[in-house]
Amino acid sequence: MKFKLTFSIAKSLLLARWKQTLVAAIGVTFGIAMFVALLSFMTGLNKMLDGLILNRTPHIHLYKEIKPRDKQPVDISELYKGNYNFISSVKAGDSRLEIYNNGFIMQALRKDARIRGFVPRIVAQVFFNNGTVDINGIINGADVQEETRLFEFSQYIVEGKAEDLQNIPNSIIPGIALAKRLQVHLGDMVTITTAQGERYTLKVVGLYQSGINDYDRVQSFASINTTQKILGKANNYVTDIAIKIKDIKQAPAMSKEYARLFGTDAEDIQTANAQFETGSSIRLTISYSVGITLLIVAGFGIYNILNMMIYEKMDSIAILKATGFSGADVRRIFLTISLSIGSFGGIMGLIFGFFISKGIGNIPFTTAALPTIKTFPINYNPILYMVGIVFSLVTTYMAGLFPARKAGRIDPVIIIRGK
Amino acid sequence: MDNLTVLEARHIYKEFHDPITVNVLSDISFSISKGEFVSVVGKSGCGKSTMLYILSTMDTDYAGELLIDNESMVKKKEKELAKVRNEKIGFVFQFHYLLNEFNVLRNIMLPALKLGQYTEEEIGERAMQKLQMLDMGKLANKKPNQLSGGEKQRVAIARALINEPHIIMGDEPTGNLDKKNSEIVFDVFQRLANEFNHTLLIVTHDNSFAARTRRVIEMEDGRIIRQ
Repeated sequence: MKFKLTFSIAKSLLLARWKQTLVAAIGVTFGIAMFVALLSFMTGLNKMLDGLILNRTPHIHLYKEIKPRDKQPVDISELYKGNYNFISSVKAGDSRLEIYNNGFIMQALRKDARIRGFVPRIVAQVFFNNGTVDINGIINGADVQEETRLFEFSQYIVEGKAEDLQNIPNSIIPGIALAKRLQVHLGDMVTITTAQGERYTLKVVGLYQSGINDYDRVQSFASINTTQKILGKANNYVTDIAIKIKDIKQAPAMSKEYARLFGTDAEDIQTANAQFETGSSIRLTISYSVGITLLIVAGFGIYNILNMMIYEKMDSIAILKATGFSGADVRRIFLTISLSIGSFGGIMGLIFGFFISKGIGNIPFTTAALPTIKTFPINYNPILYMVGIVFSLVTTYMAGLFPARKAGRIDPVIIIRGK
Repeated sequence: MDNLTVLEARHIYKEFHDPITVNVLSDISFSISKGEFVSVVGKSGCGKSTMLYILSTMDTDYAGELLIDNESMVKKKEKELAKVRNEKIGFVFQFHYLLNEFNVLRNIMLPALKLGQYTEEEIGERAMQKLQMLDMGKLANKKPNQLSGGEKQRVAIARALINEPHIIMGDEPTGNLDKKNSEIVFDVFQRLANEFNHTLLIVTHDNSFAARTRRVIEMEDGRIIRQ
């Protein structure tokens, strides 16, 4: 049967009971609007919370761990081959934290198409001198521009400018909690002592706040060159390479590959932050369940209304069948009714959902832990809207299916005789 | 008048099983040729309506054979039967059974739109012709619930005619009408038979109606006792 005819009959039936239709559509609208608003908010929140750690965590972290060799000389020796060798309290002999051959490693990484980018880093253990007290701390030597591009470094600078690390020699950006402990402000000088006993004075050009207080109490940032100078190392000294890759799911495999290829230790993000993804996925599951529940409730509303409509329109269905409309035609008419309610209600729901999430996005939300966030985070991902409209169509289709099949099976003889 | 057989029933039996098995129809055999005006009479409960629903292909639960246009209806699927009803059978019921959601013209057009043989404009014109033929042209844009019973029944007849069916079936089409309107509806049927050579099969318990048709089939207790 021509779609136009199906549609025109469906439309007339709908408009004949437009109040009921509207109520059904409002049910869907409400479901979809809440679904969109809830998920926009939840995924926004998830993204922000994940970002708290994940933005700053490399997908693959190359470093050199100080540890004893896996194969000790006694294992290699021909003399003791075939024996079981027990050595207790093995100590590491090689104390170099540097990544060997890092120039070549970086060259190889630059050619790897799977990689979005990488930054060399130097981690230096230092003491910050505050009068007579020494405070334990870490200076991270970092390439500011690349760190900003890959790890959104500048977002976490609450005072001063990230670029000043590069522009002003002997400069440092301490964590905000560390600065507080040291009683230093922007423009002040701090004195540090390295593990080797060298003393340096550095100028504070900014303050860093990650949102994790424990982190901010010990971390500080300086340029690569400054850190190399502090440690008294050559300008090819690098202790860590932080890599961001294009497809995060490949991180475990790639980290194993790099560990073998470059002879360094490598850790992937999934291993480093296993518990994090669990939290996100649980939050997402809960939001989806709530959204789907709302839609199912709306679906039952449509089911009821269609059922009622079929009882009311028994005569019309009988006459359509008597004049040559088949059961399939009648079924299609009622499915069209259901899907019209679904698509109308769904589209309205998307519009309302957008405005609700916009409203939530304007509610002020400030927390010391999140310096860059001023209002509730909202994720305006078009995929959510697509999922919303697909859900609304699927639920209304399902809700319409049974009443429509019932309508299709109505025996016109029984109706016409019954009069 | 030629003797083309439009509808033929061969030994049709029907039983109701609820609550006990009752023979509603037994051994119904007759045929109707093109242009005949046939009425079926009998007392209430004699099975005449049941027979009509079987002949109309709406009821498929029977034994025996039914041929419309020399084509057996027994093995056909629901969808094919719907197509047969659409193309070959026009219906007029005791209660008008118009769709209140549509205006009069649209009601008449629906079966033709379903058939899809002509464009919508052409169907509209044809529906209008049918209405004018029945002197109802002025009512085209009214809703069915603004019409009187007799008018509704004539609209239903116009709808039955829209696809130029081989046979028009009526189930007590005048049963719910007063004397005057019954007369009008009967005249319409008479005209259809005489002027337009339509084939009509009308179930009625109105003996004066039946007396004026050309052929009367009389039923009693599920059997044809006279035809």
